[in-house]
Amino acid sequence: MLKSKFTRYVFQKLGWYLLAFLIAVSLNFILPRLIPGNPVNVMINQLAVGGVQSDALARIYENYMREFGLDQPMHIQFISYFRNLFRGDLGTSFMLYPGKVSDLIKEALPWTIALQIPTILVGWILGNILGAVCAYKGGRFDAVVFTSALAVSNVPYYCLAIILLYGLAVHNPIFPVGGGYSFGNFPDLSFSFFLDALHHYTLPFLSMIVVAIGGQAIGMREMALYELTTDYVHYSKAMGLRDKKVVGYVFRNAMLPQITGLAISFGTMMGGALVTESVFSYPGIGSLLFTAIRQTDYPLIQGCTLIITIAVLLANFLVDIAYGFIDPRIRAAQLGER
Amino acid sequence: MGEVLILVLRSRRFIIGAVLFLAVLTFGVIGPRVADRDPFQMAGGLFDPPSDKAILGTDNLGRDVFVQLMYGTGTSLLIGCVAGVVATTIGVTVGTIAGFKGGFIDELLMGVTNILITIPSIVVLILLSVAIKSRSAVVMGVIIGVTSWPWTARAVRAQTSSLKIREHVDLARISGYTTAELIVKEILPYMLSYIFMAFILQFSGGITNEATLSMLGLGPFQTISLGVMLHWALLWEAVRTGAWWAFVPPVLFLAVTSFSLMLINAGMDEVFNPRLRKS
Repeated sequence: MLKSKFTRYVFQKLGWYLLAFLIAVSLNFILPRLIPGNPVNVMINQLAVGGVQSDALARIYENYMREFGLDQPMHIQFISYFRNLFRGDLGTSFMLYPGKVSDLIKEALPWTIALQIPTILVGWILGNILGAVCAYKGGRFDAVVFTSALAVSNVPYYCLAIILLYGLAVHNPIFPVGGGYSFGNFPDLSFSFFLDALHHYTLPFLSMIVVAIGGQAIGMREMALYELTTDYVHYSKAMGLRDKKVVGYVFRNAMLPQITGLAISFGTMMGGALVTESVFSYPGIGSLLFTAIRQTDYPLIQGCTLIITIAVLLANFLVDIAYGFIDPRIRAAQLGER
Repeated sequence: MGEVLILVLRSRRFIIGAVLFLAVLTFGVIGPRVADRDPFQMAGGLFDPPSDKAILGTDNLGRDVFVQLMYGTGTSLLIGCVAGVVATTIGVTVGTIAGFKGGFIDELLMGVTNILITIPSIVVLILLSVAIKSRSAVVMGVIIGVTSWPWTARAVRAQTSSLKIREHVDLARISGYTTAELIVKEILPYMLSYIFMAFILQFSGGITNEATLSMLGLGPFQTISLGVMLHWALLWEAVRTGAWWAFVPPVLFLAVTSFSLMLINAGMDEVFNPRLRKS
């Protein structure tokens, strides 16, 4: 009985996420096609200014017209766009012609994942603990920590990133000024490469995690303050339960909504995180997107936005499922049983 | 309204936030009118350090950073404000209708809202900005606004559905008020403070989103904003060459602006949600 309900919940969620995915992909398809003129002309005109020979130009033009399928009616373009997508073919990059977009993304994605997931998870855990302590202690400690959390959490990541880069890499050269690893070093599984990569990793990680902790702490503090005023807390206190025990209850109850906070941060952190990567020239999706926009490389821009969408939707979906698994009330509410 | 003001002025957070914000606002609105230079005018060489000629030095094209900072602050505030107004308007409209009507309309509107919440807004922002070639500051504000309303809609809907079962609403309903009248006269006035707080959050988010887009190279066209200043500073390697005057001021202004708005929001929250006040 319980098992089938859970399956229904999972499928219902899956349906919504597929719909969201479909809409996002459609936007990804349509919006670049709304560019005045058309995206292929805009890109090719750059090359023409650059003085590339005309027969080479014509070949590149042909290739892009075929890839975008601009000579065909819209619905055929749409279908072939989808077909290519499921084959993992995201088109040809313009700035690194004839490099494939999917190859470029494959190279950048592990870096981004290695930076983002630890930052979000560690930030989430530390932020929640800090928020709960704030709510429980109150007074001076709370005032100071809460105010500084407010200050850091709403500063865009890249602001802190720029200041850290200047302070700890340029002014006091403790850390490298950018990149994912040193020049002349090639990605392999050796210990020295790992140390080198970690050295480059520190500043981007620090600049993002401080902000993430602040944001989560604010949410948790609010939830815990609310829980502290509820009847069961008063009751437990009146019954003479030890403070530690009560705080444990409060923490567990306030923690649940914070799981949604985790899901939200995957989506909202994205923009700032992308820029943070480009501040540090970190070899991830953010830096790739930055150069793609500068070079008006439409296929690569589309590839980046697509992979970001997939990542965020997938993360949200997993959190939703985990949430439904942990809290039966959510499952019931979602299925309209209450 | 006077009562609300007195209540709010009791919060120290609110006062500090409001003073900070007014200072930034004055700088960004009055500054450009009294500046003796054009922000695009050459005032020196590449990354000249601060001097008598230019208090905050010059940028990558020899333009006066201090003058740019005034114009940039003004533009960023304008974009944030437009984004805030657009997002709050759409959010409140969708939220009140969904919450008040209930049933199928509610499910439909909230379905759309929830889908838009799951699609990362930065992706839609990037795609929209790529598609719209000549973006003025106002157009950018609108773009940001139309992608960030869902959170407000969700929150307003929750408020509305708890307000609509109050007696004064029933009374108005049997007096023959139309749905629009009921929403405008009997629901909205009771969550004005809430809507204002949502606007403050959207305002702050708008400024941040502008900076993010501009730093990615999708900023307003031929206009200077705080994000555009940072974009230039990054492209021209101001950070790695140590030209701190080109990037510290815009970073500081972005930080102070959003901090002041957060303080205003937190201060109002304390006043209107007594539960958050801890004795």
